[in-house]
This record gives sequence, structure tokens and C-alpha cells, in this order.
Amino acid sequence: MVAAVGSVRRSFAPWNDPASKPFIEFRGVTKRFADFVAVDDLSLVIYEREFFALLGPSGCGKTTLMRMVAGFEEPTEGAVLLDGQDLAGVPPYRRPTNMMFQSYALFPHMSVEQNIAFGLRQDRTPKGEIAERVEEMLNLVKLKPFARRKPHQLSGGQRQRVALARSLAKKPKVLLLDEPLGALDKKLREETQFELIDLQQKLGLTFLIVTHDQEEAMTVADRIAVMNHGKVIQVATPAEIYEQPNSRYVADFIGNVNLIQGRVSASATGATRIEAPGTGAVIELDQAIDAKVGDQVWFAIRPEKVRISLDAPLPGSPNALSGEVWDIGYLGDVSIYHVRLASGATVTATVTNQSRVVERPITWEDKVWLTWSRNGGVVLAK
Amino acid sequence: MTAAADTAPPAARQRSHPLAWLVVAIPYAWLAFFFLVPFFIVLKISFSTSAIAQPPYTPIIDIFGGLGSIFSALREFTTDNYVFLTEDSLYWRSYLQSLEIAAISTFLTLLVGYPMAYGMARASRAWRPMLVMLVILPFWTSFLIRVYAWIGILKKEGLLNQFLLWIGVIHEPLTILNTNLAVYIGIVYSYLPFMVLPLYAALEKMDDTLLEAAQDLGCPPIQAFWKVTFPLSLPGVVAGCFLVFIPVTGEFVIPDLLGGTDTVMIGKTLWNEFFSNRDWPLASAVAVVLLLLLVVPIVVFQNQERKQQERES
Repeated sequence: MVAAVGSVRRSFAPWNDPASKPFIEFRGVTKRFADFVAVDDLSLVIYEREFFALLGPSGCGKTTLMRMVAGFEEPTEGAVLLDGQDLAGVPPYRRPTNMMFQSYALFPHMSVEQNIAFGLRQDRTPKGEIAERVEEMLNLVKLKPFARRKPHQLSGGQRQRVALARSLAKKPKVLLLDEPLGALDKKLREETQFELIDLQQKLGLTFLIVTHDQEEAMTVADRIAVMNHGKVIQVATPAEIYEQPNSRYVADFIGNVNLIQGRVSASATGATRIEAPGTGAVIELDQAIDAKVGDQVWFAIRPEKVRISLDAPLPGSPNALSGEVWDIGYLGDVSIYHVRLASGATVTATVTNQSRVVERPITWEDKVWLTWSRNGGVVLAK
Repeated sequence: MTAAADTAPPAARQRSHPLAWLVVAIPYAWLAFFFLVPFFIVLKISFSTSAIAQPPYTPIIDIFGGLGSIFSALREFTTDNYVFLTEDSLYWRSYLQSLEIAAISTFLTLLVGYPMAYGMARASRAWRPMLVMLVILPFWTSFLIRVYAWIGILKKEGLLNQFLLWIGVIHEPLTILNTNLAVYIGIVYSYLPFMVLPLYAALEKMDDTLLEAAQDLGCPPIQAFWKVTFPLSLPGVVAGCFLVFIPVTGEFVIPDLLGGTDTVMIGKTLWNEFFSNRDWPLASAVAVVLLLLLVVPIVVFQNQERKQQERES
């Protein structure tokens, strides 16, 4: 089952197929609140059955964007389309979308059952069908024994699942998840992330999730839109976002990154050389970039791709920096070395702790060399 | 999914301060002294017999005269006053009319107060303290003066009639003063804050996302009000209704000043027995029955509420 789901996921890439029809489409959407621009001339396409994440810091407009799909906000300019239909003027209670709220928004005066049945009753679904569907939902989220409890008699994790069941009960075309796991503790959150993926695969629905937690977005989503100041900075799969960020903002927002400023000193097909006079480094990489010789660029490299060593590399070899260990963070699974360069800049290297060493070979104030391979980092022009 | 085995969070355990009982004891002592003691005095008088004396009833218990004098006083107790209440239809009629007027005016107060409280709770955060203040403002003037003011408004040549004549809605002045209508107007006006404040408290803490959730699940706003807002404001509705219904049942000033001769409320009857007829024992019996009439249903209601809550958990 898991393998089957995995293989479906691997081949799922409608965004690469020019024949795919957009399912949710934002066309030049702007949303202004008084003089604050929450969403700024934004265009974005989401495909059917996609698990799509809107990721960004608070105030970046991601929640406003989702609320426009739900119908709680109308765009000031532009249009939101669902399955080819313009949603302008369609009130929330007539939209084929359902939302799972950050606060869960469970009705405190209704039992778990009644909460789940609320939307179905609203549609005047026949009684027998409602009972069947509620049963199905209760089994799906494994809350059968709690059907008659009121929300205040449940734990946080159980409430979260009631909210999920309630928003799925009407089989919406799109499920909107607003920071759905924010209130759960770390363990439960990680577990629930995988449950969400399974659920989305099983039900074949389109999920749109809003989150500020990059790990969450990376875990659950097929594609992520990284947002800032009401604009989409990059839309790509989690791996692309992480390994090929298109800007310093994305590189910095997703995970940790070392940014080294430099100038392009040589550029050929499939290879580039950058000199960073501030650090004395010569960086060579197997990547063609669209910047000319002499242009200012940033070299971004993730800490886990930096090797740390006491031995100096061959003299004159590229992709090497020397410095002094300034600080070590021991996290159990990995250790983080903060290395201060002669220029005063700090470069971070992460080392997996592969043996149970207590005495580390590299320690505070050691002179060390940092090296990386020719395809370890990425050059960013902006 | 392991979370299915989750249990509900344990109730927060509260450690009380060693002197915490004092905080509770003081108001209870106050209630005991100023409610229970007078109540027992009234209860005692209700079993006495009217007499031309000072005070105007007998027997008088001399608590310093030893057990003997107390027992001899107890032997003189009589239930005649209660029997008399059942014999004269005046009392039953005034009890019934009191309950009827109280019920109708509580409903009217709810009808006026709910939209008001709802509007207040929906107003912008900056306005709310000001609106609450405005609701309380009438309390700064004497209750009696405000009821007198209504006489000036409602009487034949009063402000209301003059206004209606002026705009041409009526051609003859209406008789409103000294009717039950005037009593209802007076009660709704006077007791509105007691209805609005608990309703406002209940509505104000309502989570707006619940309404969004209702809409998201296919519920138009008006239905969402009846399915979510109203049920969640019920504690406020119950509190407001009690706060209006109970004092209105025994209300004396408003029916006396604004009502007519056919407005026979128990408060007025009580006043007549005490001060016009000087029959203290009978008046006390009237008061005790009124108290039972009000307290018994409330206790039953609250018991029921508690049992239902226990069933649910």
C-alpha cells in the first residue's frame, strides 16, 4: 500500500505537463486592506489532486490567499478560479471548498458526531446517508469511541482530528488547511503530517495548506509556494526549493544556508568561477548561470554540504576556506560547527555524529579547513 | 494512529491558599446575616396573629426569657394566614398576574435587549467600553425619578402623545398611563441593563471563527445565527431572564406609579397589607409564598441543568 502510494506520488507532476488543466487559479490577484497590501498582483496555478503548500512568514499574505479561496475575502483586483469557474461573488456557503481552521473552530455545544454532521445536515442530506458518512469519517480519523463527547472533553490531538473529519465530511473539491498542526506538540505533529499525506492520497482530493513551518511544508506538499510581502517568490517541489532556491530570500527561509558574496570571474557552459575577495575564497562549480563576468552574485551552500577538516587541502585548490572553530552546537544526531573566517564572517558546517564519540577530534579554537564539492552549492543572482 | 488512545486533559488541579476559605466565608456570612435572619423573622411573623399592639402581632418571642417562654410562644403559632391566602381570590389573582406580567415583560426585555447586546458585541473593540458605559448610565439617576419621568412621557398631555399628534399619526391622545401597557414600558425600560449585560458578556466572548466555520460548511449567515450564535449565548439568555423575571415578579414601584387600578401585582398587594391594613402576619405570609413561588422553580431548573451536564460528561 505504502509502496503503491509512493510510486503514484513519484510520477505525479501535472505542473510539468502543458496539457494539464489548472484547478485553482489566481489571476493577477491583489488584496488591499485600507492602505495595507496583503496580496500583490499574484498569479498562481494549482492542479487537481495536488497537495500544495503556501509557505511564508506571518503577514506575507498566505492566509489571505487561502481565505479568498474559501470566500471569506474577495480580491480587490484580479480573479480566483476554481475548476474554470470564477468565484467572484460566490458566498462561502455556496463554495465547494471546506476549511480546517487553525483554532479548529469546533462548535462547543455539539458533540463530535454533530460537528461532523453539521455540513451534511446543512445540505439536507437524507438521514441514513448522514449517519453512514459520519460513521465513515469517525473511522477515518479513529474517533469512533468519542462520537458522543463534546469538544472540551477531548485532547488537542483529538480535536484536531474532529476538525479534519468535519471538513472532509462534505467531500469538498478542495480542502483548505490553515496551519492545521500548529497547536500540536512536535511528535504528534510529525505523525499527523504523514497521516495527512496518506489521507490525501486515499481520498484523491486537492489539499491547500497554509503554514509558516518549512519542515511541515516540505514533508506534506507536492509543491510549495514561498511567499513574502504578498508576492510568490518561488513555486517548486520541496527538493527544488531546497537545492535550487531562486533567491537569497528562499535559500535563507528554507533551512540554514551560508551565503558568500562574490563576483563572477569566469563563466563557461556548465562551469562558473566566483571570487569572493572578502573571504579569500575561489569558488568553482559545475553550473551555468545567467550572470556575466564581473557581476555581483551570492554563493549559497547548505551547512551539511560543507566538510570540516584539520588538514589543509592542496595549495591553490578551489572551494576551500580556513578559519577557527568559534562555537559547536551538539544536537545529538548532528553537531553544528560555527567557523569564524579571518574576515570575521561565520560559516556553518553540520556534521553527522556517526559514532558515539565523546572526545571530538575538532574542538573549540581549532584551526580548520572548510571544503565542498563542485556541485555542493548554488549561485544566486538576487 | 496512537492518538486514539489519548485521554482528555486532566482537570487543572488548584492548590488553595490556607486563608482562601475566608474570602468565601465573608460574603456567606453577609448573606446569612442580611438574608437568612430577616427571612426567619418574616417567616415567624407569618405564623403569628394580628394584634392591635406595637409591634402589631402576637406572640412575641422573648429569646432571653428561657426555653419555657419560647415554647409557650410556639404553641400560639397558627397557619390561619396561609389558609386565608387560599380563600380570598385577590391573592391568587395578584400572584397569577404578577407571574404573567413578569413573564411577558421578561420576554419583551429579551426581545429588545438581545439585538442591543448583539450590536454591542459586534461593535469595534474601541467602542465597546463606551457602549457598556451607556447601558449603565441610567443607574446614575434614581430609579424612582426615572419612573416618574415616564409619567411625564406617557400621560394624556405627555410628550409621547404630543409628538404623535404633531406628526399626525393620531388625532386623539392615547390613554397609555395607568394601563398594563405603561407597566410593560416601564419594566422593559428599567430592567433592560440587567438583560443586556449578561447577554453582552456571553456574546462578546464568542469566537467569530465559529461563524466562519458554519458558513464554510454551507450555512447562510442567518441560519448560522440560530444554529451557532444563539445556542452559545443561552447561558446569557438564562441569566438575563432570571435577573429580570425574579425582581419584576415582586415589583412594586412601577405598577404602583404607571399601572391602573386593574394592575394587581403581588408587590402592591403586599404593600397594602403591610401599610394600609397593618396586617403584618398576613403580609408576611404573602411574602413567604412569593419567595417559594420563585425559589422552587429556580432550584428545580438548576438541578436539572446540573444533572444534564453530569450525564454528558
